[in-house]
Amino acid sequence: MNIVVCLKQVPGTTEVKINPETNTLIRQGIKNIINPFDSYALEEGVRLKEKFGGKVTAISMGPAQAVDMLKETISLGADEAVLLSDRAFAGADTWATAYTLAGAVRKMGQIDLIICGRQSTDGDTAQVGPEMAEMLGAAFTAYVCQIEEISAGQMRVKRMMDEGYEIIQSTLPAVITVTKEINIPRLPSLRGVMKSKSAKIPIWTLQDMGLDPKKVGLNGSFTRVVKIFTPQHDKKAEMIHGEPEIQVTCLLGKLREGGLA
Amino acid sequence: MAIKINPEKCTLCSICVNTCPFGALELKEDKIVVNDRCTLCGACQEACPSEAITLEETQKTAVSSEHKGVWVFAEQRDGKVKSVSLELLAKARELAAGLKTEVCAVCFGHGVQDLQQLITHGADKVFLVDSPDLSSNPEDYLTAQLSNLIQQYKPEIVLAGATALGRSFIPRVAAKVSCGLTADCTGLEIDIEKRQLLQTRPTFGGNIMATIICPSSRPQMATVRPRTFKKNAPDGGRQGQIIKLDFNKEGITAHSQLLKFVEDVSEKVKLDEADVIVAGGRGVGKTENFQLIAELAAALGAALGSSRPPVDEGWLPYSHQVGQTGKTVAPKLYIACGISGAVQHLAGMQTADTIVAINSDPSAPIFDIATYGLVGDLFKIVPLLTQQLKRE
Ligand SMILES: Cc1cc2nc3c(=O)[nH]c(=O)nc-3n(C[C@H](O)[C@H](O)[C@H](O)COP(=O)(O)OP(=O)(O)OC[C@H]3O[C@@H](n4cnc5c(N)ncnc54)[C@H](O)[C@@H]3O)c2cc1C
Ligand SMILES: Nc1ncnc2c1ncn2[C@@H]1O[C@H](COP(=O)(O)O)[C@@H](O)[C@H]1O
Repeated sequence: MNIVVCLKQVPGTTEVKINPETNTLIRQGIKNIINPFDSYALEEGVRLKEKFGGKVTAISMGPAQAVDMLKETISLGADEAVLLSDRAFAGADTWATAYTLAGAVRKMGQIDLIICGRQSTDGDTAQVGPEMAEMLGAAFTAYVCQIEEISAGQMRVKRMMDEGYEIIQSTLPAVITVTKEINIPRLPSLRGVMKSKSAKIPIWTLQDMGLDPKKVGLNGSFTRVVKIFTPQHDKKAEMIHGEPEIQVTCLLGKLREGGLA
Repeated sequence: MAIKINPEKCTLCSICVNTCPFGALELKEDKIVVNDRCTLCGACQEACPSEAITLEETQKTAVSSEHKGVWVFAEQRDGKVKSVSLELLAKARELAAGLKTEVCAVCFGHGVQDLQQLITHGADKVFLVDSPDLSSNPEDYLTAQLSNLIQQYKPEIVLAGATALGRSFIPRVAAKVSCGLTADCTGLEIDIEKRQLLQTRPTFGGNIMATIICPSSRPQMATVRPRTFKKNAPDGGRQGQIIKLDFNKEGITAHSQLLKFVEDVSEKVKLDEADVIVAGGRGVGKTENFQLIAELAAALGAALGSSRPPVDEGWLPYSHQVGQTGKTVAPKLYIACGISGAVQHLAGMQTADTIVAINSDPSAPIFDIATYGLVGDLFKIVPLLTQQLKRE
């Protein structure tokens, strides 16, 4: 099986805070990590390869520093990794990101399965996977929490929906996005770490992939961020003090006044 | 478009470097450089005290004026229209009033009940595609069908619920019709002059809000979480038209097929429709203790919610999780027991009308957004509450 896993480098904490006095972001001490959901995608790719044979290639679109993250994917079991990086990719929204990732997949030839994380923790859109699937004309299934079977060009998966779960059968090639219930990612192996140290991570540019410069990066993005601000909480709780019995009686009184209990 | 930094005005104060939410600006020796992470959001321009930063617009692509109408994807399950679609119709009315255009609901399914409610809740037209092939929401068909309708009728705006289904197939539609799409919006407004939809959404796990536009593509597409907007009271006097369209599956490749659906039955009261929710967090400690929370919920006729740790620990199924990666709820009353109030949790419940927080730590951030705060041990307070409620 030829598997591609898409990973994004994100700020290493979602506790990105804003300094209330200057209204600026506090960036100190935040380092970049693999998007947590993408670790599950990588692990699942590696497990499938171990079961069915084949190859796992990790890809990421991002600035040059994402090479470090891609080396890490080698230590976690990826066979190869490719960085898609070009000045022209800067400022990409989900559409342009999906277009670029799809371009890389096409360049690789015969791919059976593309695994994405459920969503990224910074962009948080969960759109890149389904957009890429459509661009590749591949089957798409979101929120996969278990791969039940793969055989004869078909796969059967379990996926989580709002009201319960579904069993879906689909053709290959397919794009799936995975949830954290799907597996428990392994730690890097010693052999993997050695391998990752010497691994060469090729960098593919716009030209390498033969992409349309009007469809990548900011040029290819249909959306524009026009404003960024911090959500304000101006409520402050009315504190109810006293012994638990008193707190409870007082609370129930207030709720009853409001017709809530 | 590009960012220009005027070296003559720049004092290297680095306020822009710290302001940039994407880490796109760096101070390198004697100048500020912009790296690939820049999304041209303009935060640096606003922050610069020396007016050294400008955003240069390249020529704008004109937007066709052919596109008209605000559409709402009316999602159904088992023939019932979802509440989020009615909420979106209310918002669509507001947007359409600004744009002086009409509101259309688009509904795919088989034998969908009470289509009239789409009209009484705000639609001027309902496009209905009725076919047994559509009853279980096969996403390949939905993608093709909605894309076709968009290409044929050219709406100006398309809204859909950010449900599991919406988040899964709407991006495919956006890819197919080559349009911008904004996920999980919490605010929608219209810039009437430019006929632009201002889409506000949380990013960075709810720490930051971003307002996004689609300047050059139509339709402007957005998904919105359930319970973000309020539905209108049904207006029986509203007139509207139901237009039936044929479903033609020839030429659509169905890659996927639903074999089985298993409903999560541990949810007695549906979270996203509940008026009262009692939720427990890590402070509840273990599976067995959730019984206390469940008893209080039962005494109030409430749904049972949870922060993420109890779900991660396997104390409760995922369907109970409230927050950024769980459900968004907006009940009349939300009682949070042993929940600290992390932004990712607040993202899913902060619009509740009344929030009661029970927490032993007086500095827990949940008290910043709660209506009533009780500092104390949930193992004492919660059973007492249940008792008093039962006594009545
Ligand atoms: C990408 C991402 C997505 C996320 N999505 C979600 C999401 O959808 N929903 C979500 O909830 N979280 C989400 N989180 C996790 C979130 O950041 C917090 O970790 C989580 O909400 C904390 O849950 P908690 O408040 O139950 O636990 P804690 O933060 O550990 O708080 C437990 C609280 O219980 C109190 N307590 C302990 N014992 C008692 C007692 N006996 N009586 C009273 N109070 C007591 C403590 O004082 C404490 O305040 C997400 C995180 C990430 C990174
Ligand atoms: N720049 C990127 N490079 C590689 N994969 C990405 C990139 N952006 C998003 N993805 C993939 O798409 C998923 C969803 O991302 P998002 O749409 O940003 O929430 C992620 O979990 C990744 O698997």
